[in-house]
Amino acid sequence: MNGAHHHAHAGSDADMALRTQALESLLVEKGLITTDVIDAVVRTYEQDIGPLNGAKVVARAWVDPAYKQRLMADGTAAVAELGFSGAQGADIVVLENTPSVHNVVVCTLCSCYPWPVLGLPPAWYKSYAYRSRLVREPRTVLREFGLDLPENIEVRVWDSNSDIRYMVLPERPAGTEHLREDELVPLVTRDAMIGTAIVRAGGVSSAPAES
Amino acid sequence: MNGIHDMGGMHGFGPVEREANEPVFHHEWEGRAFAMRVVTPVPIPGGARNNIETMEPLRYLRSSYYEKWLHARVKGLIDSGVLTAAELQAREALYRGRPDTPVPHCEDPERVQAVLANLRKHRSPRREVDAQPRFAIGDVVRVRNLHPHGHTRLPRYVRGKRGVVTRFYGFQDVQDAQPSGAAAEPQAVYAVRFAALELWGDAAEANSTVCIDMWESYLEPLEEQSQ
Repeated sequence: MNGAHHHAHAGSDADMALRTQALESLLVEKGLITTDVIDAVVRTYEQDIGPLNGAKVVARAWVDPAYKQRLMADGTAAVAELGFSGAQGADIVVLENTPSVHNVVVCTLCSCYPWPVLGLPPAWYKSYAYRSRLVREPRTVLREFGLDLPENIEVRVWDSNSDIRYMVLPERPAGTEHLREDELVPLVTRDAMIGTAIVRAGGVSSAPAES
Repeated sequence: MNGIHDMGGMHGFGPVEREANEPVFHHEWEGRAFAMRVVTPVPIPGGARNNIETMEPLRYLRSSYYEKWLHARVKGLIDSGVLTAAELQAREALYRGRPDTPVPHCEDPERVQAVLANLRKHRSPRREVDAQPRFAIGDVVRVRNLHPHGHTRLPRYVRGKRGVVTRFYGFQDVQDAQPSGAAAEPQAVYAVRFAALELWGDAAEANSTVCIDMWESYLEPLEEQSQ
C-alpha cells in the first residue's frame, strides 16, 4: 500500500473487515439486504461507473457544438443523453476551461464528487491535504500535480458544498483536430475532469500518478 | 458545527499524496461497507454526514474514508432501532473466535435489478416553489457570521466574507440541521465567487478565486451592483 491511502486508521483493516462482515451477516439475516445486491453494487462501481463515462461526455462536447451547448446549459440532462445519471449526480454542472479560466473542484467539508460521470473519488481527492489546501493555495497544489499555470490564467476553485456536482470540461488540446470522437475519449483523464490536470494531445498526462 | 471536518484553509496536512493505478476499493471490506452504506433501505436519523461530523475529532482524523462511512451506517442502524451495539459486538466476537463461520448468503435477482435501477434514477434537488430569489447575478453579498451547532454546509473560511453572486441554481431543500420538529422551506441556492485576497489576505495566491454554493439564508446584501 502506498500513496494517499495509508492515513492512520482508528481500526486496523482487519478490524474493519471483521465489523463489515458482522454487519453484512446481521443485515442479510434480518432480510434488509441480500448478498447479490452487495456484490452487484461493488461490481457496478468497480467496472461500470467510472471516469470513462465523463471522458465520453467530454469527447462528445469537443466534436459536437450543439451537444456542448446543451451540456453547458443543463449538465444533468446532457450527460443523461449518454446514459449517465443517478446517485451523487442529481444536478451536474459542467465548468468549461478556457484560455483565461482554469476550473478545479474540491469538497472541503467531506468528499462530494460526481459519481455518474467520474465514479468514486480517488484517495487523494478525499485526503485532508487536498481538502484543506486547494481553496487556500490552488496554484501550489496544482504545481504538485505537475500543472504550472501562468498568472494570466485565473484559477477558479469550486468548493462542492451543496447538491450540485461539478465536472470540468477541459480544453481540447491543439493537434487533435484530426481525431474522431472515439479516438479523443482515451485522451481525457479523470484528473483533467477534476481540474488538477489538462488534456495533452499525446495522451500523456501532466500528472505522474494519474490512473 | 465548527467541526474537524471543516478543513478548508487549514495548515499542517502536508503534501497531497497520490497513488499510481489506484483501485476503486483498496480492500474487499471497503466495497462491501460502501454498498451497505448506500443501498441498505434504512434512513440514517440526522443524516450520514452528521454522524461523521460528530465523531470524536481525533477518531475522525485517524479514520479512513470508508471507516467513516461504516461508522455512519452502523450508528444509523442503531439509532433507528434496527440493530443494537451488543448484537454487532457479539457477531464480531463470533467471527473473531471462529473465522470459518459462514456469512449468511441470500440472493434475490429482482432486488438487484431494483437497487441498480434506483442507483441510476434521477432525483433533482430543485424544488418548485412560489417565491422569487432575493439576489440576482452580479449582486455583491456578505456571508453571515453563523456558527450553528448542528450540520451546516457553510464552512468557516467564507463566513463574514464578501463575494459576488455568479449563478442561480433554483430553490433547493435546506440541508442544515433544523430544530426538532421544524421544517424549513426550500431556499434559493447560488454560486458565489470570492477573490482569494478577500479570503486569505496577504497569503492569497495571484489571480485566483473560490466559488462556493450558498443557500440564501447564509447571505446578506452588501450593495447592488450590475455586472
